[in-house]
Amino acid sequence: MTRPLLEPTPLVRAIERRLFLRQTLSLGALTLLTGCDISDQDGVQKALHAMSRWNDKVQALLFSRQTLAPTFAESDVVRDFRYNAFFPASDAPKLSSADYRLELSGLIADKRPWTVEQIQALPQESQITRHVCVEGWSVIGKWSGPRFADFLHRVGADLSAKYVGFQCADGYSGSIDMASALHPQTIMAVKFADETLPAKFGYPFKVRIPTKLGYKNPKWVTTIFVTNRYPGGFWEDRGYNWFGGS
Amino acid sequence: MTGAPHEPTASPARNVPLHPLSRRVMHWINALAIIVMIGSGWRIYNYYPALPINFGFPLYLTLGGDFTVTEAVSDEDGLANALAWHFASMWVLTINFLAFVIVGFASGHFRRDFLPLSPRAFLRDLWSAMRFKLDHRLGEYNAVQKALYCGVLAAILLTILSGLSIWKPVQLKGLTWLFGGYEFARVVHFFGMAAIVGFLVVHVLLTILVPKTFVTMVLGRVPGASRSPEGVDK
Repeated sequence: MTRPLLEPTPLVRAIERRLFLRQTLSLGALTLLTGCDISDQDGVQKALHAMSRWNDKVQALLFSRQTLAPTFAESDVVRDFRYNAFFPASDAPKLSSADYRLELSGLIADKRPWTVEQIQALPQESQITRHVCVEGWSVIGKWSGPRFADFLHRVGADLSAKYVGFQCADGYSGSIDMASALHPQTIMAVKFADETLPAKFGYPFKVRIPTKLGYKNPKWVTTIFVTNRYPGGFWEDRGYNWFGGS
Repeated sequence: MTGAPHEPTASPARNVPLHPLSRRVMHWINALAIIVMIGSGWRIYNYYPALPINFGFPLYLTLGGDFTVTEAVSDEDGLANALAWHFASMWVLTINFLAFVIVGFASGHFRRDFLPLSPRAFLRDLWSAMRFKLDHRLGEYNAVQKALYCGVLAAILLTILSGLSIWKPVQLKGLTWLFGGYEFARVVHFFGMAAIVGFLVVHVLLTILVPKTFVTMVLGRVPGASRSPEGVDK
């Protein structure tokens, strides 16, 4: 998710759209002056928040570990995959395999940090799935990596806990429900399009969850924790739905 | 619907309230939910247009909070808010729509007021309407109205279903497949909305032309007009 689109054309388009929207602000500004934009009032925000929590519950009920995300053919894979973050690709964290350690915390038995080699050495699976952004766009890509469920088993995570949380090198954070974490298509993607995951797409790995929207697929993950306390997340704290399922 | 004793009486339509309370309540809940869905939907559309043309909805017509305020308050420029409105309002719209359709069939409202509907009658009435020669009779729909009301119900259903298919392209993948896949379902959703907006324009214009239809949708009947002798209210 997120605005600053990096390839020049979409960026220009996004800026133009933004300017266009700002220029049409007049009436919106009027309602602001009178203080009556219903969207910005406290009670309304609380009600919307409550509905979003309700939608979390509905999505959890709708979710089934047996329901697989549709998969596609190699020929459907988009070669020029879209870069998307809240900063330009040139600012993407460049983690070195020598220094990188994946930290583990919370309800995990074996909290020893993992190196890139250790993660890459786990049995891998490939998937060609559709990445759907909360903004509406979607791209089909190919990711490979160990199943997240295997990893959680190996480190002795408490699989009855409610949440798995992530901290990322770019300051991003997120969290998902345990059921989604254990879904067979949820993987630690160490490869993209059969190549080592490039820095701009989250090296050393991105948690690829094809049953969730793009912002629920954290990149440059440096810490994984398991908890029963709601951890929130970067976009979730800014009003986006927490479950974010698709 | 107490049924049998009333059925054979000749043209009871003019005596009973034109719109029973339940229909009026559902109509206005629907109106509100539709407006919220359209306003927030337009904001969401602007973030990544489903159509391959350079077109966006003016911000003042969209719902999701003022850019500057939401950015200052929640460090987010209004998409989260629009989505929150959209996915809250969808429940109101869907539940109310289902209730309206169930009551519409069960009470005989659809059968009595929307049928018969023939293409010939539709063309005939449309032709008269174009020449402003079509009378509006309260409590009786002409073929154009019948077609429009059936059409908008179908459009709402299509928009709800295509909306569900883009909300849950994995969990409801069969539905998404029916709509031609995720990307095409967005286009269907857009045109479903466009059909509803088209209906709204005609619907509101005609209400302005025949204001007593507005009164009947609020009060149930026109004050002072012939009252129901039995005080039948459904």
